[in-house]
Amino acid sequence: MSEQQLSGLGARKPIKEISSAVIRFAGDSGDGMQLVGDQFTNTSALSGEYFATLPDYPSEIRAPLGTVFGISGFQICIGSDEVFTPGDLYDVLIAMNPAALKSNLRSVAKGGIILINEDSFNPRNFEKAGYKTNPLEDPALSAYNVIRVPMTTLTGKAIEEVGLGPKDADRCKNFFSLGIIYWLFNRNPAHTLQWINKKFAKKEQYLKANTLTFNAAMKYAAENEMFKQSFKLKKSSTKIKAGNYRNITGNQAAGLGLIAAAQKSGLKLFLGSYPITPATDILHEIVKHPDFATVLQAEDEIAGIGSALGAAFGGALAVTTTSGPGLSLKSEFMNLAVMVELPLIIVDVQRGGPSTGLATKTEQADLLQALWGRHGESPIVVMAASTPSDCFNIMLEASKVAIKYMTPVIVLTEAYLGNGSEVWRVPGLEELPNIPVKFRTDPNNYLPYERNPETLARDWVIPGTPGLEHRIGGIEKEDKTGVLSLAPENHEIMVGLRAGKVAKVAQEIPPTEVYGAKDADLLVLGWGSTAGVIKHAVRKLNQEGLKVACAHIRYINPMPPDLEGLLRKYKKVLLPENNTGQLRFKLRGDYLIDTIPLNKVQGQPFRIDEIEDKVRAILGGQS
Amino acid sequence: MSTTEPVKLTRKDFVSSSEPRWCVGCGCYSTLNSIFKTFIASGTPRENFALFSGIGCSSRLPYYSNTYGFHSIHGRAPTLAMGMKMVKPEQSVWIMTGDGDGLAIGGNHFIHLARRNPNIKMILFNNQIYGLTKGQVSPTSPRGTSTKSSPYGSLDRPFQPMTLALGAGATFVARVPDNDNEMLFAAMDAANKHDGVAIIEVLINCVIFNDAAYESLTGKESRADRTIRLEAGKPLLFGKNMDKGIRFRDAKAEVVKVGEGGVPLSEILVHDPSNLNSTYAFMLAEMGDSEMPMPIGIIRSIKDYVYTPYTCKPTPEGYKKAMLGGSAWETSADGTIKVLTKE
Repeated sequence: MSEQQLSGLGARKPIKEISSAVIRFAGDSGDGMQLVGDQFTNTSALSGEYFATLPDYPSEIRAPLGTVFGISGFQICIGSDEVFTPGDLYDVLIAMNPAALKSNLRSVAKGGIILINEDSFNPRNFEKAGYKTNPLEDPALSAYNVIRVPMTTLTGKAIEEVGLGPKDADRCKNFFSLGIIYWLFNRNPAHTLQWINKKFAKKEQYLKANTLTFNAAMKYAAENEMFKQSFKLKKSSTKIKAGNYRNITGNQAAGLGLIAAAQKSGLKLFLGSYPITPATDILHEIVKHPDFATVLQAEDEIAGIGSALGAAFGGALAVTTTSGPGLSLKSEFMNLAVMVELPLIIVDVQRGGPSTGLATKTEQADLLQALWGRHGESPIVVMAASTPSDCFNIMLEASKVAIKYMTPVIVLTEAYLGNGSEVWRVPGLEELPNIPVKFRTDPNNYLPYERNPETLARDWVIPGTPGLEHRIGGIEKEDKTGVLSLAPENHEIMVGLRAGKVAKVAQEIPPTEVYGAKDADLLVLGWGSTAGVIKHAVRKLNQEGLKVACAHIRYINPMPPDLEGLLRKYKKVLLPENNTGQLRFKLRGDYLIDTIPLNKVQGQPFRIDEIEDKVRAILGGQS
Repeated sequence: MSTTEPVKLTRKDFVSSSEPRWCVGCGCYSTLNSIFKTFIASGTPRENFALFSGIGCSSRLPYYSNTYGFHSIHGRAPTLAMGMKMVKPEQSVWIMTGDGDGLAIGGNHFIHLARRNPNIKMILFNNQIYGLTKGQVSPTSPRGTSTKSSPYGSLDRPFQPMTLALGAGATFVARVPDNDNEMLFAAMDAANKHDGVAIIEVLINCVIFNDAAYESLTGKESRADRTIRLEAGKPLLFGKNMDKGIRFRDAKAEVVKVGEGGVPLSEILVHDPSNLNSTYAFMLAEMGDSEMPMPIGIIRSIKDYVYTPYTCKPTPEGYKKAMLGGSAWETSADGTIKVLTKE
């Protein structure tokens, strides 16, 4: 179906202009919800809209059909103007079965559209989802605009002509749901049709089947009376900066940021990594670009960091990527990196823990492990990314710090950031900061542990350099000479030097920015992925006249030098964290400042209203 | 940076300022000597060697070699070596490990090093005991070995390191007693020239915690009857008078008398380390129990795919393409949108 035909169909019904919408696709983990979500996202991107996405999937690849724990969701918030989060309440829910309805209903906005695949609403599926009766007959549903579409049946009819059976109808029905949503939001189908053409180029039957399904759905929505109107985003009121744009997830951004850092430093990029959810997509991204990175899929997490440290010794920009369980396994090697003082980047895409925990869900609970989870006095620089696209920027900063200070750096991101995506303006290489590197080649008076007084970094000397042969290792070294030493005073000196070096990284940290009311009494402090939700909440509360401001930190070890002073300016500081108060513990330890905690450990990010409600409660004197 | 011309160096060039602190009489000394001899013979400049080790007596070795060295953590040397080799393929990379370091805590890295077949050399110092922790049973200690951690005799069956390496796909494996300087050098020199991973098991006598563990293999009286010196193209003969040989019959190796009153020489296996069929190599690797003599020397040396990472070729166009990914668009100052790439 061409674009004109489609708009012709849509033109018969009114089109309502909106400034933003939240759409949630939900179905079995084999229903292809992530796929249709991606299609919708890319098409939105190519329309020049703003968006943020949140894929929310179970750890089972194909959990038993129809069960609540097997539900896979994909959420997107589209907006005419900048979007900070994937949204809280859904304007449209696509529920492919009763379990999808059950696990998502509480987040649908009152009056919102619930698009149901009626074919899957049968007693067997009610039972699997834990419903005793047909939920569609529940009077509570009258608060929503429920649209029942027999998607599987209609898909079956649409693909009849290519000779495919009911089983195939089941596999293609996700394109039926997508077609309806495309009509509903006046999307141009061209991108998705092209994608189908390319994806199924070698399977003509499926190419035809998916195309027929997708087109049939758009036609169905245009003609069926249940669909009263469609929606269109208003033209953006903010002028978009000219440039190249793309949709990017945090994990893609991390991978590309490391590639950019290698180019800016002139170093080889080396990644040693072991597959682990939700960090594996960084490996997937980097390995796509063999011209820019040398990659080892290691035999285990330990070999991932070990190979990276070996590559650092060899003069590469060395990285290992992981999530919580892998971070634990790497801790002994992180200590070796602290001891041998080589640059190394450890990326931890945090997930719900402890142990296997909530492998696909988000959390911020590795902070204290990153800071202190190693034996001995083991200071490491710790940074945390705040948005999906910030995962790009932070890799450049982490690389600079690691090289300049000859130190390992842990970069914390989160499942929410790694899997979530947003619009990103692709910076040209010339727009990015330089990362200077100097390998020492002068053999005169070389001492392996002599330091630059400004950074306390030792020289980076790589094997192959004549006259500078030396040995490094995990045994305590004598100050300057690097000779093995167990002397009592020397150990104390070295412990101090290693700590002092990390403390000096504070000179790299820009002033902490404050957003919101100038005369605020309450500051909402955040770190990591809470940036978007806090800013959104503060913006809204300021519009209501509430005196609240917010600040976000990206360096956690060392802390921004201005942080203590900033916190002391406010009567109260609220600290939302997706843990039980880990940064709060550190702030109290460092500054003897008590913050008001707001904690959530449900594997889900904060909703805007959760922050708002807490702020209102504090300012109203209830907390 | 470094020259490719062979350089003439002497032992003095390789001896570092750190004096070895191994026990007097330890087999590590002769192994270090052979390593130096191999380095000198290679004509490779000193700066082009990088030695990696884990934890244990043998892992101290990099400190004693005036090359680049990295004394790391227990069992993990192969991982560091792999990273180094991948980013600096021209570097001659050596791993020093032991039976505890390489086969217990580092067992996983050991097999994956063998599997990948990078051009990395490993010397496995096998003394069948934990020395640096003062005498505990190791993965190569014979079952029943009595140590501080196994006072009533160990319950574990031991690894045979060479079969483990072969099973993991190693393309060069050799086994040499620590007192055979000539064979140590020959094996290391061949390992150095081998294209791919080379694993040399050195049978180390730990004078303090496991003295005389290999006495029957190294003692003047018994060694002729207890070992077979492997030489490519030569029959598997042994004994003081070289009148015993190894014949392959009924799917197993057997010791036979050769010549008068025995079997003709033509029935004796001829050593071929390049035999691609691993059955032969496994047979040699497994021999050495009370019934059979232990073959020493190069057991296997075959040509196979050598691990080679992609060579990075960054270009500005490639960079731009990488950044834009599968789906990107250009927004002009007037707000018009042009599609740049599509998935």
